[in-house]
Amino acid sequence: MTALIFFIFAGIAVFCGINLVVQTHPIASALSLVGVMGSLAVLYLQLGGEFIAMAQVIVYAGAIMVLFVFVIMLLNAGAEATTFQVSRFVKYLGAILLAAFLGLISLMIQSTLPRTEGVLFGAWQGTTLDVGRKLFTAYLLPFEVTSVLILIAIVGAIVLARKEI
Amino acid sequence: MILENFFVLTLIKVAVVAFVLLTTLAYLQWIERKVIAHVQLRVGPYRVGPHGLLQPLADVVKLITKEGLIPSHVNRLFYLLAPFVAVALALTSIAVIPFGPQITIGPVTTWMQLTDLRIGVLFVLAVSSIGVYGVALGGWASNNKYSLLGGLRSSAQMISYELPLALAVAAPLLLTNTLDFRDIVNYQSGYWLGFIPRWNLFPEILGFIVFLIAGFAETNRVPFDLPEAENELVAGFHTEYSSMNFAAFFMAEYANMVTVTAVATLLFLGGWTPPFPEPYSDFIPIILFALAGLVALYHGLNPVRRMDKFTLPATALVFLGIAAIFGLSLFVPVAKAILMALFWFCGKILVLLFVFIWVRATLPRFRYDQLMRFAWTGLFPLSMFNLLVTSLVVALTSK
Repeated sequence: MTALIFFIFAGIAVFCGINLVVQTHPIASALSLVGVMGSLAVLYLQLGGEFIAMAQVIVYAGAIMVLFVFVIMLLNAGAEATTFQVSRFVKYLGAILLAAFLGLISLMIQSTLPRTEGVLFGAWQGTTLDVGRKLFTAYLLPFEVTSVLILIAIVGAIVLARKEI
Repeated sequence: MILENFFVLTLIKVAVVAFVLLTTLAYLQWIERKVIAHVQLRVGPYRVGPHGLLQPLADVVKLITKEGLIPSHVNRLFYLLAPFVAVALALTSIAVIPFGPQITIGPVTTWMQLTDLRIGVLFVLAVSSIGVYGVALGGWASNNKYSLLGGLRSSAQMISYELPLALAVAAPLLLTNTLDFRDIVNYQSGYWLGFIPRWNLFPEILGFIVFLIAGFAETNRVPFDLPEAENELVAGFHTEYSSMNFAAFFMAEYANMVTVTAVATLLFLGGWTPPFPEPYSDFIPIILFALAGLVALYHGLNPVRRMDKFTLPATALVFLGIAAIFGLSLFVPVAKAILMALFWFCGKILVLLFVFIWVRATLPRFRYDQLMRFAWTGLFPLSMFNLLVTSLVVALTSK
């Protein structure tokens, strides 16, 4: 059952990821990205990271991507015009070469990296309590540095957005 | 026993909740029209059925049988997807809302809730944050400038008001120290000094007000219904929609209202816990319904209009019957647990829904810049302040 759910949502994630690149219209691409985020959240949930999963949906799918879509709509960006024609032969050859390339890379990774046990479903200690405790003890410095970084980005965005200071 | 099977039990619960919820959504519209009409000294729907009680049914039939028009120049896929997304996400949140305590009927022990998540609060926040896609996509795919403006306004508004909403939710979570709706309600059971309910409302009155105001904005209700401001945008994001697609947006709005009020009830008003200690609170529904029945009976015996002789005694009979059911339930512990929980939970939700409708009938619409300034310079600092004070108090008092 868990494996089935994993394959369904992993499939959706990969499909949406490919769709994101293939689609010519920015809105369709952005929504594919939402699909990727959503299925990733399901995968986190399967691993036991319930807080991470919900944060993924709230922050990425619910806030950041809404902003993306908002900006695309505001600028009224249309479908991307293709500038060059590709012959069918090149497309097929490209697909085969891409598959071969990816296969080689995965083979390389498998042979060089040390063999580890697979991740088990529900293996993470991902409850909100655990995440919070880790965040404020073991990973306090990275957490604070990240928040400062975001603060700097916000201040920079405001400075750039204001016409005169 | 077949009822102990998880799937069978869940299916039964889902069927009951879905039926009740969808009926409520239809009748919520009737209640809204009636309340607004009475505020404005009109009578509201009156023709279909007694006091227009069958109006929702007529509306549903009308919407189903209308032609589902798809304008040319729309983006077909997203145009058809948008209402589906809106209504599906709006109805999803109800799955994690508990309506009452654990009950035991014969051999079956179950919670009055569809599914229990340890992260129920986060789940509702997540689903509501995705809900904006329905509106935004609908506005964009319609290929109409009014719709587009409505969709844009809606996304900007929902992003802005999600912040104070989430911060207002965080404060009671700090007090209860859990994300589980059941535990939140259990924390609020009991009474201070024997008669003041331990609801989060009292320490978190500021958070409750912020939550309600942000809730108005999240559900696109007056005074924040900029996305569908009739005088500027025709009907906003759903201008181009007709038939069931239009009905889906409508349903989504009402379902969101129910969700927001249910979450407010669970977080701040103690869920299904009664506002009075146990033996006294049992008599409240009986007294309430009996009183309503007696008033109706009195007016039925002294009729002002011709039909009052028949309609008012019939109403009185219904109310007295409900009162009798509540009275009899006092002797059956199972029935009492279910009825009392449902009475208080639905009662609190209905009061909050009435506030939503009352506000709609009373307040004018904000201007768009006022809306944004209010969110970022009013509500946001207020909810931040509330959260900081709460966390300070929690930090000082815990351990």
